[in-house]
Amino acid sequence: MNGALLHPAAKPTLFALALLPLAQLVVGAFANTLGPNPAEALIRGLGDWTLRMLCLTLTVTPLRHWTGWNGLARFRRMLGLFTFSYVVLHFLAYAWLDMGFGWNEIMRDIAMRPFVLVGTTAALLMLPLAATSWNRAIRWLGASRWQQLHRAIYAIVLLGLLHFFWMRASKNTLGEVAIYASVVAVLLGWRVWRALGSRYFMKLGNHSARG
Amino acid sequence: MLLPKDKGFVHPNASEITPQTAFENRREWLLRIAAGVAGASAVATTLHAQTVAAAKPAPLPGARSTVSGAVTMEKQTPLQDVTTYNNYYEFGTDKSDPARNAHTLKTRPWTVTVEGEVQKPGVFGIDELLKLGAMEERVYRLRCVEGWSMVVPWVGYSLSELIRRVEPTGSAKFVQFVTLADRAQMPGLRSSVLEWPYVEGLRLDEAMHPLTLLAFGLYGQMLPNQNGAPLRLVVPWKYGFKSAKSLVKIRFVDKQPRTSWEVAAPQEYGFYSNVNPSVDHPRWSQATERRIGEGDLFTKKRPTLMFNGYEAQVGSMYAGLDLKKFY
Repeated sequence: MNGALLHPAAKPTLFALALLPLAQLVVGAFANTLGPNPAEALIRGLGDWTLRMLCLTLTVTPLRHWTGWNGLARFRRMLGLFTFSYVVLHFLAYAWLDMGFGWNEIMRDIAMRPFVLVGTTAALLMLPLAATSWNRAIRWLGASRWQQLHRAIYAIVLLGLLHFFWMRASKNTLGEVAIYASVVAVLLGWRVWRALGSRYFMKLGNHSARG
Repeated sequence: MLLPKDKGFVHPNASEITPQTAFENRREWLLRIAAGVAGASAVATTLHAQTVAAAKPAPLPGARSTVSGAVTMEKQTPLQDVTTYNNYYEFGTDKSDPARNAHTLKTRPWTVTVEGEVQKPGVFGIDELLKLGAMEERVYRLRCVEGWSMVVPWVGYSLSELIRRVEPTGSAKFVQFVTLADRAQMPGLRSSVLEWPYVEGLRLDEAMHPLTLLAFGLYGQMLPNQNGAPLRLVVPWKYGFKSAKSLVKIRFVDKQPRTSWEVAAPQEYGFYSNVNPSVDHPRWSQATERRIGEGDLFTKKRPTLMFNGYEAQVGSMYAGLDLKKFY
């Protein structure tokens, strides 16, 4: 498996796969097959894929630990940047198709609808992460500071989930939200468990050193 | 004699002319490429259109209405959109759910009970109701509280025709509309999103207004199930949820009745629910609307009109009423 992950074609393949949902939406928009309200379908489709890409990005590290497929680490940045790309398109589609790029109306809408505010906050929080995704930025920040900054992804995924929950709550259709929530619970829960575990082991280590 | 320099149309060699078959082939290939691009989704649409066509309801023609404001000349929303983009929570809360699930609704036999403050209460069968008034075609704007709108050619007659027949008493001030709530036919009732049965209400003068329609059909056909078969209310100057579907009871009362949405979220939905661009929903603006089936993806939203454009006909009923308070 690691061999396949390290294959030179692996990255371009993933790149093409991550573009497929976008291609499907764009073709649907031009072929007019997105249903009676294509603007809504496009905005929501891009939002769905932002959340999915976000979950995939967060899956890389746990999956690497569970399976030992260390080659996966190569894809984390690309998935993160795809998440960012989908959220930018999600916001632009909303700003254009729903609000006609009327920035006053957009500001008013963000202030009026809590779920839009939460979504916008999550999208804005992604900006510094995308901006520091290249090697020189990592070197410039130093690994530990870079890592600290990029822990913002945990806040982003929780805000994204809240954004989705709030949107669906008015119609009580929370089935899909529950699925995403459980995936995120596993992905973040594993990290909490590991952080607590390592502190516990560190303590054990200290004790034995003293003993 | 001077010869004109222009020699007119110079014929090419016959061998250079593209044969007609090759020319037509090119078109065919272009079509094939276009079809390929549209791909699976196009196939899905075709299949879907076929299923919709298979369940095509019986014809129900209506004469063009002469009621003031009853026939807008705006572009009508395509039948396909009118029948696949619906809010009918008894069949699911997603707007594509009713078209998928409403086939389980049994619209015959069907009766409507008229009771309360009337001289002549009774139980009306659907065939009796279909003959009670002359069918008219009314092309109304429909504005959903969610911020989208359609233009629908309904078929039916003014609710006032039925009301006159049952002779409301002096104490009848409001009319309550009760809709079907049958778990066996309506999978959406398992969700507690609203209190069932779905109930709506109007002031008696609103119910008597000639624009208030008892609809039995749309696009010259009997109502498809997902649009509220076999009969529904259509109140074009109010948000769509006031136009209750699949009516089973009409009750004349002396006090303002409760409505399902008022019970679910009193701070968001009032009894009147008149379309009003200057009174926002607490969670979103009502200033604009997306007209379904109009233009393409990039078509701008249109400004919402006071009383959904029916101010000339209905405005006087609300003279002196604080519309911000009685939203």
